[in-house]
Amino acid sequence: MNWLCRILFFCLVVLLSASRVSAHAFLEHSDPSVGSKVHSAPAAVRIWLTEAIEPRFSSIQVFDATGKQVDKKDTHSDPSNRSLLQVSLPRLGPGSYKVVWRVVSVDTHRTNGDFTFQIAQ
Amino acid sequence: MRVHGSQLSLSQPRGIVTPWSGRFPITNGGIFIKRLSLLLSLVCAVCELGVTSHAFGHGFAGARFFPATLSTDDPFVSDELSLPTISTIRTPDDGGTRETDISVDIAKRITPQFAIEIGETLSVLNPHEGQTTNGFGNLELGGKYQLLKNGPHEAIVSVGLDVEIGGTGSSSIGADSFSTWSPAILFGKGFGDLPEALRSLKPIALTGVAAIAIPTSASTRSITVNDQTREREIEIERHPDVLEWGFALEYSVIYLQSQVQDMHLPAPVDRLIPLVEFAMETPLNRGPGGPTTGTVNPGVIWAGKYFQVGMEAVIPINEHTGNNVGVISQLHFFLDDLFPHTIGRPLFGGNK
Repeated sequence: MNWLCRILFFCLVVLLSASRVSAHAFLEHSDPSVGSKVHSAPAAVRIWLTEAIEPRFSSIQVFDATGKQVDKKDTHSDPSNRSLLQVSLPRLGPGSYKVVWRVVSVDTHRTNGDFTFQIAQ
Repeated sequence: MRVHGSQLSLSQPRGIVTPWSGRFPITNGGIFIKRLSLLLSLVCAVCELGVTSHAFGHGFAGARFFPATLSTDDPFVSDELSLPTISTIRTPDDGGTRETDISVDIAKRITPQFAIEIGETLSVLNPHEGQTTNGFGNLELGGKYQLLKNGPHEAIVSVGLDVEIGGTGSSSIGADSFSTWSPAILFGKGFGDLPEALRSLKPIALTGVAAIAIPTSASTRSITVNDQTREREIEIERHPDVLEWGFALEYSVIYLQSQVQDMHLPAPVDRLIPLVEFAMETPLNRGPGGPTTGTVNPGVIWAGKYFQVGMEAVIPINEHTGNNVGVISQLHFFLDDLFPHTIGRPLFGGNK
């Protein structure tokens, strides 16, 4: 059975030699948080991803209940934190809003997602 | 089609768990398993070093991450390595035989939509009475082509073709002397497109496979000598075409957290995907036929950044399948995340 242990050891070495780069970037958390109800209109939607991303190829869009895009279309990242992406919002009224995000991680993996949040009366 | 599948039965066509065939014997199996477990623990621990606490692997349709399932094949074309898949169950034949399989499977994308697969299994058969035997099963090769992927509806459909190459395994553990071809259709569907009124069901996803295993030999003849009469007897074993079908129903806590409702769950719960797999086989022709056999496998998968680990119970659906509960576990590596610029990308056609 030693042969299998050798194979596993070989794989261990190979895996350890793997480049420690980014993988698929997914949502770690957000502000407003996923599915939350907030009592004051947020000035921006911020999402923290699991990996550093390429802001040029990444975006956040916010839509109201009628499907109209309501964000300021100024998606940008934080220079000090490349896994943070945000978009500014105008003064929003009460209602339900949908956040749609698409990102490309620094190793070119593309991912996307969406979630909703509510602004209470 | 079983990059992620177990190898509970070497005598059965591949694709789905079929835990009823074990036959013969082993030695020092316990010590080996202990050493293997220690080594795997080391692999796990070391690989997770330097890994963030929140991460993902692969198998995507839109916003949906599908894990690699253990007992049934999934529809995703990807670069991945299952090393190892370990399963053990006591099969009903000959008074009960403990069959333990240790398999390795690797898949490599040739293009973003097409991948080839190769797999091999070491089987250890420990009968109720008699000597333990071990040996390799037949070499398994396969190809899978992704026909359709719909991101908004988290849907995917693929077709595949596998072949178990007869005569490449050890006859002592019952490896077939003939080859078996298995064309298959595979699908995956996430329920993230359900209406908001059903938002708590959005983390549910379903993957499935249907394949027909076609042996290249309709029957096998063997000559034995009757101990009492000393006469030669010819035994004919018929090999039917077999419909292999199965599906996996899963509830993704990952999806719940990132798409539906952030529950602020702590690690490692936030990375869990509870699931139940159904792996069935139905003989279609030749011989006396027989009822559908298979297993129901409830379990859980934890998906990390570069790999996932999973474990399931293997519960026979009827006495023809078995009378004892087995276990299957798997360590599965995402090669496209481990090596995104080398072996983890398609040979042609760029990255997906």
